[in-house]
Amino acid sequence: MTNTESHIQNTDTRGSGLQLAKIALVAIVFLVVLTLSLGWLNAMLPSGSVAKHAIDIENNSISLAITQEPPQMNSMRTTDAVSGMLLGHVKEGLIRHGPDNQLIPGIAKSWELNELGGTFHLRHDAYWSNGTRVTAHDFVFAWQTALKPATASPYSFILYPLKNAQEINKGELEAETLGAVAVDDFTLEVSLARPAPHLLALFAFFTYLPVNQEFYESTDGNYGSDADMMIYNGPFKITSWLHARSLRLEKNEYYWASERTKLDAIDFPHIVSDPNTTLNLFATNKIALAGLDLQNIQRALNNRWDIKDHIDGSVFYLAFNLREDRITSNRNLRKAIQMVTDPQELVYKVYRIPGNIPGASIFPVWLKGVNGMFRDEFPAPTHTPDVGLALEYLEAAKSELGVDNIPPLVFLTGDSPTSDKQAQYYQNLFKETLDIDIKIDKQIFKQRLAKSKAGEFDIVASGWGPDYDDVLTFGDLFASWNDNNRGKFRNEELDNAVRIAENSLDQQERMEAMDVVQRVLYEEAPIIVEMERGSVYVIDERLKGVSRRSVGIDPDYTRAYIGDDSGE
Amino acid sequence: MKTLRYVGYRLLQGLITVWFIATVTFFVMHFSPGNPLAQEKAVSEEIMENLKANLGLDKPVLTQYLIYMKNMALFDFGWSFQHENRKVNDIILEHFPISAILGILAITFAGLGGILWGALTALYRNRWPDIVIMLLVILGISVPSFVFATVGQLMLVISNKSAGLELLPVAGWGTVYHMLIPALVLGLGTMAFLVRLMRTSMLEIVNADYIRTARSKGVPLAQIFSRHQLRNAILPVLTILGPSVAAITTGGFVVENVFAIPGLGQYFVQAVQQSDYGVIMGTTVFYGAFLVLMVIVVDLLYAVVDPRVRLE
Repeated sequence: MTNTESHIQNTDTRGSGLQLAKIALVAIVFLVVLTLSLGWLNAMLPSGSVAKHAIDIENNSISLAITQEPPQMNSMRTTDAVSGMLLGHVKEGLIRHGPDNQLIPGIAKSWELNELGGTFHLRHDAYWSNGTRVTAHDFVFAWQTALKPATASPYSFILYPLKNAQEINKGELEAETLGAVAVDDFTLEVSLARPAPHLLALFAFFTYLPVNQEFYESTDGNYGSDADMMIYNGPFKITSWLHARSLRLEKNEYYWASERTKLDAIDFPHIVSDPNTTLNLFATNKIALAGLDLQNIQRALNNRWDIKDHIDGSVFYLAFNLREDRITSNRNLRKAIQMVTDPQELVYKVYRIPGNIPGASIFPVWLKGVNGMFRDEFPAPTHTPDVGLALEYLEAAKSELGVDNIPPLVFLTGDSPTSDKQAQYYQNLFKETLDIDIKIDKQIFKQRLAKSKAGEFDIVASGWGPDYDDVLTFGDLFASWNDNNRGKFRNEELDNAVRIAENSLDQQERMEAMDVVQRVLYEEAPIIVEMERGSVYVIDERLKGVSRRSVGIDPDYTRAYIGDDSGE
Repeated sequence: MKTLRYVGYRLLQGLITVWFIATVTFFVMHFSPGNPLAQEKAVSEEIMENLKANLGLDKPVLTQYLIYMKNMALFDFGWSFQHENRKVNDIILEHFPISAILGILAITFAGLGGILWGALTALYRNRWPDIVIMLLVILGISVPSFVFATVGQLMLVISNKSAGLELLPVAGWGTVYHMLIPALVLGLGTMAFLVRLMRTSMLEIVNADYIRTARSKGVPLAQIFSRHQLRNAILPVLTILGPSVAAITTGGFVVENVFAIPGLGQYFVQAVQQSDYGVIMGTTVFYGAFLVLMVIVVDLLYAVVDPRVRLE
């Protein structure tokens, strides 16, 4: 009985299984047909170049990845780093950054400067990629347009040193009154609202790039939105731009110094925000450079790839809220916290990313001073963490505030993994050393900005990246009138020092003023500088001549070339 | 005629749903904290005023809402805040087909796989194929897709390296080869879910009257399995397929991100992070309408597959 039943059941299952297998076969055939037809359908969609190698020796080109799609490439409105990097490859201003990070002549061949302006002589052999000449009018047009209220350029303030710029931006004056006049096609007369000792450094910034008026008007409001909606006067030109997919740059034969350009093309076949994917593309020889982060650096180490690093220019710091109703407006409390923080520990034991440098001053190590480096000439005031001293400050703070215990402090921060590590580190540190509680307020980007602007924090984790190669790009951050001074720090001595650095043409005097800023920021402790960010990356060993810099376009492939496989 | 009237009724209902979604999204978006125009580097008041005027954000919210609704009725979703110079319509038109292709492939993987594996487990109930598959199913349901995506990609790197040639590309988009692994990864979760559903549904009807009748009539067992059991068991699976299509097509963000696929998913997510009002509204309304449409389609299909269902 049981025997027969199980026999029946077995044949039953086998028969049904056979049926199922038949159905499965049909399903597989269907799936293959579907996949192929979808592939065919997809081929009808525009697609970029994909199956490329990191280094293509035959075509003298390289492939790279970018982390995000450039929002647009209208230099008058650009704000982000990716667009800035690309613009640096396809356009050129009066001044550009040389291979060793010095400022070198770009479209301007020579110039005479005076206290309130200067005359710039443009080279006669500079052309746009459509064959028209690059003239002084292109600069005047770009600067005027960027300042017009209707353009709504977020970076228009960088043009404010020009005479009447701020008034034009407010809509109080006509754009034609701007202190930049084309005397003739190749002579540009610049007048300033106030002395600008950092003028040449400013001229290397993307908002100062030229735009050809005739071409701009022919785009009917779409300037910079596509490859054919721009013309180029830099080492490369964009020949294909498929949104969110790929970009291709080719050597620009019209560039006045095209003999400097060694590569024939640079492909960006991938727009990848995931660092792991970027590294996987590098590992399979698809891209020539990949940035590393906390998570994948170990893999790069295990593979024994040659890991390089450079300082990316940004400085990170904790900013206290000094608004009167905040407990952090008490100097002794801030000093107590300053005395227990240890940038060395944060960088070497908490973050543990090679390349980062413990911070000591708002002025990073790479800034130039009078003759050499600013930080060599004016060493930053430092201390070793001292809990004993910190507790003395804390006691003083408590008696000034009239409290027995410091209430929990709100620590406003972002939502990245690094932010988590940082916030938790401070939470532990402040509890253990000072018995102060930290309430971590983790916010996504725009909400964090809104809260920090409104002053809804006691401590906010902040950072600053430089715009131009001068001490002032960091030096004026905590001036009472600066909108980036989120904690509303007010100090007359510091304000005066900033004004000197803004107006004086004497470098010695300017740098001494910046040393005052450095000292005030240490003594009053409105901020605690944590670190200077390093960027760690792997690069294909055949790719040479890539410049990395702390300020200006980075990475810079304008003079890159494919070298010998075996190395130097 | 009756069917037509039913479809018309459902479409009208759908339209109201979409309007509701649009309205709620609009106001939640506008009243949530964070200025969409704020940048890491502060801009002065005058520049902020210029920026706001440029995008029409200086008008009262209600006026903005009315303008938006009027444009939306004309299928114009306006401009992206972040990707300046790009219309939201263009973004959807360019990038949705990619998400859709990936989604269709994934849902087919998931659907066919779910039904077949589910039927197999029911057939070999409590024997080793059942046990092994059900273990994998638990894995498939509980492991999030970014883990599958990351592991899948790493396996591609390893296999390409050990083969010394490119078997399948690691990331990117363009050919059939780029689609396979992402689609599989994307469909895995839904497939696992469907296997379980299919198994339960198969086992539920094993003892149904009509199966017993067929048996007693002497219909060959294999035929009972494929004609009666399988066909009837598919019905509940079909119900879930509609929402899954939408979930897979819209939820592809993680997979698109890991495999660097230029689909619509990344815009959908980035827009929220960047408070890009234009893209938030455009993608939400579009996906909302898509989901509503999918549910209607599935309901209609249901009537085709199961004659007992009447459309009213």
